[in-house]
Amino acid sequence: MLTIKNLQARVEDKEILRGIDLTVNPGEIHAIMGPNGSGKSTLAGVLSGRESYEVTGGEVLFEGKDLLELDPEERAREGIFLAFQYPVEIPGVNNTYFLKAALNAIRKHRGQEELDAMEFLKLVKEKMKILHMDQSLLNRPVNEGFSGGEKKRNEIFQMAVLAPKLAILDETDSGLDIDALRVVADGVNALRGPDRSVIVVTHYQRLLNYIVPDFVHVLSKGRIVRSGGKELALELEEKGYGWLEEVAAKEALPVTA
Amino acid sequence: MIDVMEKEKTSSYLADFAAFEESATARSLPSWIPPLRRAALSRFSEMGFPTRRDEEWRFTNVAPIERVPFQRAGAGRNALLSDRIAGFTFDGLQAATQLVFVNGHYAPELSTFQTLPQGVTVSSLAKALRDDAALVEPHLARVAGFEHQAFTALNTAFLSDGAFVHIGRGRIVEEPIHLLFVSTSTGGDEPTVSHPRTLIVADENSQTTIIESYAGWDGDVYFTNAVTEVVAAENTVVDHYKLLRESDTAFHIANMQIRLARTSSFSSHSLMLGGAIVRNDVGAHLGGEGIECTLNGLYMGTGDQLIDNHTTIDHAMPHCNSHEVYKGILDGKARGVFNGKIFVQLDAQKTDAKQTNKALLLSDDAQINTKPQLEIFADDVKCTHGATIGQLDENAIFYLRSRGIGAQEARSLLVYAFAGDIIDRIKIEPVRAQLQKSLFAQLAKGPGAEEAV
Repeated sequence: MLTIKNLQARVEDKEILRGIDLTVNPGEIHAIMGPNGSGKSTLAGVLSGRESYEVTGGEVLFEGKDLLELDPEERAREGIFLAFQYPVEIPGVNNTYFLKAALNAIRKHRGQEELDAMEFLKLVKEKMKILHMDQSLLNRPVNEGFSGGEKKRNEIFQMAVLAPKLAILDETDSGLDIDALRVVADGVNALRGPDRSVIVVTHYQRLLNYIVPDFVHVLSKGRIVRSGGKELALELEEKGYGWLEEVAAKEALPVTA
Repeated sequence: MIDVMEKEKTSSYLADFAAFEESATARSLPSWIPPLRRAALSRFSEMGFPTRRDEEWRFTNVAPIERVPFQRAGAGRNALLSDRIAGFTFDGLQAATQLVFVNGHYAPELSTFQTLPQGVTVSSLAKALRDDAALVEPHLARVAGFEHQAFTALNTAFLSDGAFVHIGRGRIVEEPIHLLFVSTSTGGDEPTVSHPRTLIVADENSQTTIIESYAGWDGDVYFTNAVTEVVAAENTVVDHYKLLRESDTAFHIANMQIRLARTSSFSSHSLMLGGAIVRNDVGAHLGGEGIECTLNGLYMGTGDQLIDNHTTIDHAMPHCNSHEVYKGILDGKARGVFNGKIFVQLDAQKTDAKQTNKALLLSDDAQINTKPQLEIFADDVKCTHGATIGQLDENAIFYLRSRGIGAQEARSLLVYAFAGDIIDRIKIEPVRAQLQKSLFAQLAKGPGAEEAV
C-alpha cells in the first residue's frame, strides 16, 4: 500500500529526515516512536503534503502512485488521512458543511454519488455514536472553542466519516486523559479492516495498549534505528530512548568516518 | 495657479449646466429647485474636485474621474430591454415593487409596481417634485448638505430625477422596495455621467426595507454620482441595503445621509463588488433618545479597484446604540480605505457605540488604509473600536485541503467565513443569495485564485 524509500526531507536549512525506509501493507498497523525532534511529525507532514517541508531525496509510493507528486487534497482523495497533532480552528466554517464538502470531494474523485443532506446526516450520526460525541459539535465552527480532547476526538470522527485507506495519527494521544484515549482508540479500531492501514506516530507506549500495532519502528535523528513487533514498544517504555540512540550513533559511525 | 487648474477641471460641468437648465426635465420642476441648483453649482465651482491634500480624500485620487469627458445621458437615449437588466433583479423578489433608472432617468417601461398600502408612495423624484412637493421640500437637500462635499454639490446642481419613497404614518411595507440604477455608456463607447438622487421619508411608526442597487456592464465607462437622503421619524424601522455591481471601468461616488428621530431603528448594509473607483459615504445623525443604528459594510476589490468607505455616526442625544462592522476583501492590486468617525456629543450620555473594521488581504499587492476616529465629549459612555488586517491562514487552508477540499474551494470557504457575519445579517434571502454568488464569482476571477491552483 505504502512504500517509502530512502526519504529525505528538510525544513529550511535543517536536515530532518535522513533516509527513511518503510513498507506498510494493507491491514497493518505501524507505530512510529521516537524522542522529540527525531522526525516523527515531519514524516507525518511529508506524507500528507505539508508545504513547509522540502523533500530532498527518496520516493514514496502509495498504491503504486508517486505520492510526492500529489497535492494535499489529491492525497486525501486517494485515501490518505492525517489526524493533526494540533487541529486547526477555523472560525466561520461550520463543521457539518466542512465535512460534507470534504466527503463529497472524495466520493466524487472515486466516481461515487455525492451524498445529499439526509444521507450525510445519517452517516454522521452513526459515526458520532462510536466516538461519544455531542451532536452540538456539528453546528459549531470547525474546532473553534473545542477543548484539547474534543479537537482530537473531532479528528478521529472526521477519519471515521471519510474512511481513509491509510490513516496517519500524529501524536493524537498527547494531552488526552485515559477516557479520551480509549474513545480515540475505539474509533481507530472500528476503522480497522483487511484493506485499511494505520500509522500511529507517538512518543509514548500508552496508546499502543489500546491500538495494538503489528510493527513498531523507532525513529532517531531522522532514521529508523530499530524495527520490531509490539514488544519493542514495551522495551522502550522500560528503558527509554537513550540506549537506542547510543546504538544508532555507533551504527552510524562507519558511514561518517 | 491652482485656482485656474481647478476651474479647468470643473469647467465641462459648468459649461453643461446652462444646457441642462434649459432641458425639458430640468424645467418642469418647481420654482424652488433652480435657485437650489444654482447655489449648489456655485459651491461646486468654488470647491472644485477634492484633491489628496484634503484630509477626507487623502487616499483617494479622483483625478481619473476629472480627466474623462463624461456626457450627461439624455432621457430615453438608452432604452434598455428588460431582459438585459434581468441579471440585476433578484430571483424570489418578484412580489416587490421595483423602480428602474437608466443613466439616472426613471424608466417606467422597466419598472414594476405591486400593490402598496395606502399612504405609501414610491415614485420617481421628478414626479414627486411635481405631485408631492409638500412632502419633498422639507427634506430634499436638507439632510445631505453640499457645503463641504463637492460631489454632493455637483449632484444637487444637476438634480432632476431619482427615487422618492414615502412611508406614511403607521404603514408597514413587508416586501422590500427595490430601486435599481443601471448605467451604460452611450452607444457603448461614450462615457456618461448621472447624478441620481434618492429621498426616503418614513413617518412615525412606519416600517420599510429599501434596496438600492447600482449596476452596469463590465467595460462600460460611466460615472455615477449618487446622493441618498433618509429621514426616519419617531419609532420607525428602516432597513437599507445598497448593492453595488458597477462595471469594472465605472466610477461610483455616493453620499448617503440619514437623519434619525427618537426610538427609531435603522440599519444600513453596504455591499460593494464592482467599480474602478468607489467612494461610499454613509452618515447618520442620531437626533433623539433610544435610537438603534447599525451600519454594516462588505466590499471586495480585485484588479486595480479602489474602494473607499467613509462613515460618520453622530450621537447627539442620550441612550442610543450604534453598531458598525465593515469588512473588506482585497485581491490583486486592489486598495481599500476605511474611515469611521463616531462623534459623541456632550448631551449624548449613556451612548453605546461599537465599531469594528477588518480587512482581508488575499495578495501581496493589495492594500488597506484604515482609520477609526472617535471624538467623545460626553463622560458616561461606552465606545469601542477595533481594526484588524490579516491574510488567509495557511494552516487553515492546509487543514481543509488535507481533508480533500480543493485549494480554490478552501480559499473561498475561508473568505466566505470572514464575510459570514455580515452576510448572515442580510435579512432578505434573495439579496443574500445574489451576494454570495457575486462574491464567489469575484473570488474566482482574482489572481489569488490562480496562485492557489
